[in-house]
Amino acid sequence: MIAAFAFYLFATLTIAAAVAVIFARNPVHSVLWLILAFFNSAGLMLLVGAEFIAMLVVIVYVGAVAVLFLFVVMMLDIDFASLRSGFTKNLPFGVIIALVLLGEIVVAIMAHNAGPAMAGREIPDSNVPNIVALGQLMYSRYLLAFELAGLILLVAMVGAIVLTHRSRGDLRTPNISKQIRRRPGEAVKLENPGVGQGVEL
Amino acid sequence: MIGLYHYLTVAAVLFTIGVLGIFLNRRNVILMLMAIELILLAVNINLVAFSAYLGDLAGQVLAMFVLCVAAAEAAIGLAILVIFFRRRGSIAVDDVNRMRG
Repeated sequence: MIAAFAFYLFATLTIAAAVAVIFARNPVHSVLWLILAFFNSAGLMLLVGAEFIAMLVVIVYVGAVAVLFLFVVMMLDIDFASLRSGFTKNLPFGVIIALVLLGEIVVAIMAHNAGPAMAGREIPDSNVPNIVALGQLMYSRYLLAFELAGLILLVAMVGAIVLTHRSRGDLRTPNISKQIRRRPGEAVKLENPGVGQGVEL
Repeated sequence: MIGLYHYLTVAAVLFTIGVLGIFLNRRNVILMLMAIELILLAVNINLVAFSAYLGDLAGQVLAMFVLCVAAAEAAIGLAILVIFFRRRGSIAVDDVNRMRG
């Protein structure tokens, strides 16, 4: 009973927040609604026992992605009112596309309901915690895919830095290669200037 | 009782809202990226629900990979957005076709 109540609460809030994301006038509000949607979907995942993924959604989406969105929205000085000009023009077409898509998905779900392609069974009661089982699977059977995921993140990080980096002309940065080429023998020079003569630098 | 189909319905509605968001906010790239995040979230809910109700943990591993790709996509997308704004002073997608040649 309490599980059903929690499910309907989380599901309703997720969908309502998602609707608010795409209809909010202020993009900052959109990001905040997005955070609410992420939190509630993490609750949905908790209800089926996927604790690790739920925590990952909170950490990655809310902690990293949503903050990144918020940062960019606030950093760029954009006139958002002018960007909404095509909103009503696109509305009928978008709604038609969305309804067709929703109908297709519902038909697919009903087809799966009529004759399940896979024999569904309830999740087995295991004494292994979710995160332990997931870790064992990830570091054995899916090790290659796991490494590739890390590689994708590395490429994304390098790419984002390379894309947004710009060299400014007004900075005095040290010349690294010149510093490394320096040897002790050349650093100090002994001079013996005559009387009345200076040292040439 | 709450079954698999409840979860599939929620994910289907979320996916549809994401697609609708892409169509409605054709000019605002930031909102389009947020709509893509919603779509990926719907996919994740589907994966986790199937994983739980079929008793197979592979779905949750896959959900983790989807999460990873979503984070990478958001980072790259926003980086492109920032340099586009720096170059043009606006983020209207209609102007992007000027890039050819």
